[in-house]
Amino acid sequence: MRSFPRLAPASLYLAAAVLCAASVACAFGLPDASGASHAASTEDFLVTNNPPGHDGGQIVVALRSEPKTLNPVLATDISSRDVIRCLTADLIHINRGTLKTEPALAESWRVSPDGRVYTLKLRRGVRFSDGQPFTADDVVFSFRVYLDPKVNSSQRDQMIVGGKPIVVQKIDEGTVRFTLAEPYAAAERLFDSVAMLPRHLLENDYNSGKFDQVWPLTTAPAQFAGLGPFRLKEYVPGVRIVLERNPYYWKKDRADTQLPYLDRLVFLFVDSEDAQVIRFQSGDTDVLSRFNAEDFSILQQTAAARHYRLYDLGPGLEFNFLFFNLNDLSSKNLPEIAAKQAWFRDVRFRQAVSAAVDREAIVRLVYNGRATPIWGPVTPGDKLWTDHEIPHPARSLDTARQLLKSAGFSWTSAGGLIDPHGKPVEFSILSTSSNVQRSKMATLIQDDLSQLGMNVHVVPLEFRTVVDRLLNTYNYEAAVMGLANGDTDPNPEMNVWLSSGGTHLWHPGQQKPATPWEAEIDRLMEQQLVTMNYAKRKELYDRVQELLYRQMPLICLVSPDLLAGAKNNIADFHPAILDPYALWNVEQLYVQ
Amino acid sequence: MMKQRRKLWITLSFLAAFHLAVLFAGFFAPYNFSTQNRDFPFAPPMRAHFVDTQGKFHLRPFVYGLRLDPAALSGFTTDFARIYPVRFFAGGPRYSIVGLFSSSLHLFEVDSTGRIFLLGSDGYGRDQFSRFLYGGQLSLLAGLLAAALSVGIGIAIGALAGFYGGWIDDVLMRGAELFLALPWLYLLLAVRSALPLHVSESQVFLLLICVIGLIGWSRPGRLIRGAVLSAKERNFVLAARGFGASDLFLLRRHVLPQTYGIILTQLALLFPQYILAEVTLTFLGLGVGEPMPSWGSLFAPLQQYAVLVSDWWMFVPALILVPLFLAYYFVADTLQERLKSVAL
Repeated sequence: MRSFPRLAPASLYLAAAVLCAASVACAFGLPDASGASHAASTEDFLVTNNPPGHDGGQIVVALRSEPKTLNPVLATDISSRDVIRCLTADLIHINRGTLKTEPALAESWRVSPDGRVYTLKLRRGVRFSDGQPFTADDVVFSFRVYLDPKVNSSQRDQMIVGGKPIVVQKIDEGTVRFTLAEPYAAAERLFDSVAMLPRHLLENDYNSGKFDQVWPLTTAPAQFAGLGPFRLKEYVPGVRIVLERNPYYWKKDRADTQLPYLDRLVFLFVDSEDAQVIRFQSGDTDVLSRFNAEDFSILQQTAAARHYRLYDLGPGLEFNFLFFNLNDLSSKNLPEIAAKQAWFRDVRFRQAVSAAVDREAIVRLVYNGRATPIWGPVTPGDKLWTDHEIPHPARSLDTARQLLKSAGFSWTSAGGLIDPHGKPVEFSILSTSSNVQRSKMATLIQDDLSQLGMNVHVVPLEFRTVVDRLLNTYNYEAAVMGLANGDTDPNPEMNVWLSSGGTHLWHPGQQKPATPWEAEIDRLMEQQLVTMNYAKRKELYDRVQELLYRQMPLICLVSPDLLAGAKNNIADFHPAILDPYALWNVEQLYVQ
Repeated sequence: MMKQRRKLWITLSFLAAFHLAVLFAGFFAPYNFSTQNRDFPFAPPMRAHFVDTQGKFHLRPFVYGLRLDPAALSGFTTDFARIYPVRFFAGGPRYSIVGLFSSSLHLFEVDSTGRIFLLGSDGYGRDQFSRFLYGGQLSLLAGLLAAALSVGIGIAIGALAGFYGGWIDDVLMRGAELFLALPWLYLLLAVRSALPLHVSESQVFLLLICVIGLIGWSRPGRLIRGAVLSAKERNFVLAARGFGASDLFLLRRHVLPQTYGIILTQLALLFPQYILAEVTLTFLGLGVGEPMPSWGSLFAPLQQYAVLVSDWWMFVPALILVPLFLAYYFVADTLQERLKSVAL
């Protein structure tokens, strides 16, 4: 007779039940990388309002060069910043879609009536990607590092208001107070992209003065902690860097799913822009940004067959321009250039050059039509701040010739232009050899100006050589360059318009303004810095734009369109005109 | 032997015709090298037709018009409604031959509202065929002068080293080895980037020739030294020395004439190599600047993926260079054969 197994005693069942309950409770409480949402915690999630997606999948993105560091305070190159943005978070963030500020790690804030004191309430229960809690101590530590002149962060300048650095005080575990020396318009925007650092990992290195060695690319994942949607998983030198979902991320969607949706984010290192385009076309990468208009036409031909979409967002914030050397060369040994400055300093000469340049041809030939001609530095892409009163005159060689005649220039019988002293007008234009678009613009301008009788040479040089000549030795006559404002607000570009600014390209670092119009621009820019009302600020900034149009220190040429591409199965992809163009909402992207 | 001779004459005639076309580039090219046609960027090559779409035969060849069409793959469609007859020996833009005399006679032209792009146009709408001919002037001249410079220095140093021997020979030949070992491309890159801002085109051109020529003297130098070493031991040379001839007389009258074979073959070999050196430099952006064309600047746009993939006619100038260099090397080979058989 077979004996059935005896039923287990009741105590065994009870023990098993308790064990199960305990393990279930533990499972809900333990961190796991599959992204199951956390049960009851005192955490304040930020609820996003995108249409809910689902978990899983990965996105592969190409980077044009290998990042140099993972240190948010010291990173300056584009590739490093692209990766760091996915690993870190800021207190107040500028939503790239709406271009307005919104709460991030700071849940809410109060501004004092005089506009100088900002009291931020931090989101409760937030943890770093390694599980350690995020508190006001981390905020104070982060700002101490950013503001330290010995660390020399490139973001330090935007935290100096009224000549003094902002003062950061901890009020309690969840509240921090920021005091500015003067009321500052758009002060909220200065918190954007200022990554909060983990005090528990970095304080020792900072105190021992070794902060510049903190977080190189080879950092072990356990040594890195951030508040961004992803955390470091793997780095293969020369090949790729892989990020995985941050299980402690503090955002969730309306359906209560914790963000990010993606399991993994892979950054591949490719050598050049062409390689980036080829890899996207062949399906190796899922998202593409920062490519030029000619490649756009090539990609368009295979878009349907290879299942990807391309986006042309219209003019971005980049503006390309031609400018002349207006520096004071008395201390430098450059007599030939100093003699030619007599032409460059005459505003009618600059206006004549602007009238002779064929901007439509640049749009057509250099950008395949995917650009907009501009006559001022604020592009049509910056809808809030563009001055619509600036005239957009068509190209006119007659106007140019009349302007030159009124300035005392004349023509020889062979058609060459000579100045009032009989010297033939001849100068060179620098361009960056690696930037094909700018070299092409310079060649087109050379041909345009030859129709006025000017003998122009195009000199393409390596990027660092060009920057050295523009900012250090002043050994150049004219140059074609481009700038892109980091934000739609005018304030980040103060250094370009202030006469004392380091990027006031045509005459940087002036002790006192060299011309009355530069003095006027200084006054207007400093006034708009502390004006809180948008309408009044716009009036001031409009006057700056009008002065820049009349005096033409920068002869603005075109603003290229912003282009992006993504595979059809990437959902919620909405490229924006502010950097990072494609991945600003990476936590909301998912794979269908 | 007869076949060899005939091949040589065919090759020489081809080279002569090519060089003549390049020398008289202004006559053979319908357009100036810098004329931009901004309405026709990257236009595909056009060919002349004799029979039109209605089937009518025209005695005079003609080309159709070209119209911008963003929907078309190449960006252009042929406008069959417009017919531009090709006029031969017609007037066109003025040009000058070697700066000596100018003319406005062109081999073929079309009416100014039409265009004839035999090899297509580049990104600024400039006619590639015209730029190829004008570019040849610069590239061929640079190659010739650099080769002459190299061989000239090679003769001077090789003759000295071979004739006097001893420590002079040692020093000069070690110097030659140093030059052989230098990576010439990086040296040229370094020199070009150290140039001041204000170098006129002709100065850049001369500098290019000097640097290319100065780097390459060691190979002909060593060969000539070898020839001089053996030549100076010949009986008639010793006899002349016995009669009291000076060193210079010996060199000029007796020794160097025996090295003519080597000099000629070296020239024929170095010429194409130096043309390629100049093309490489200009391709990398280190040669003469815009708008002066050189064969290197014709190929430079091919560095961009978009041009590589969609504008095939930009490759054609490179293809034309292949038979050109084959011809040069064939001539050099034949010369070597011929002169070897002339006993030393």
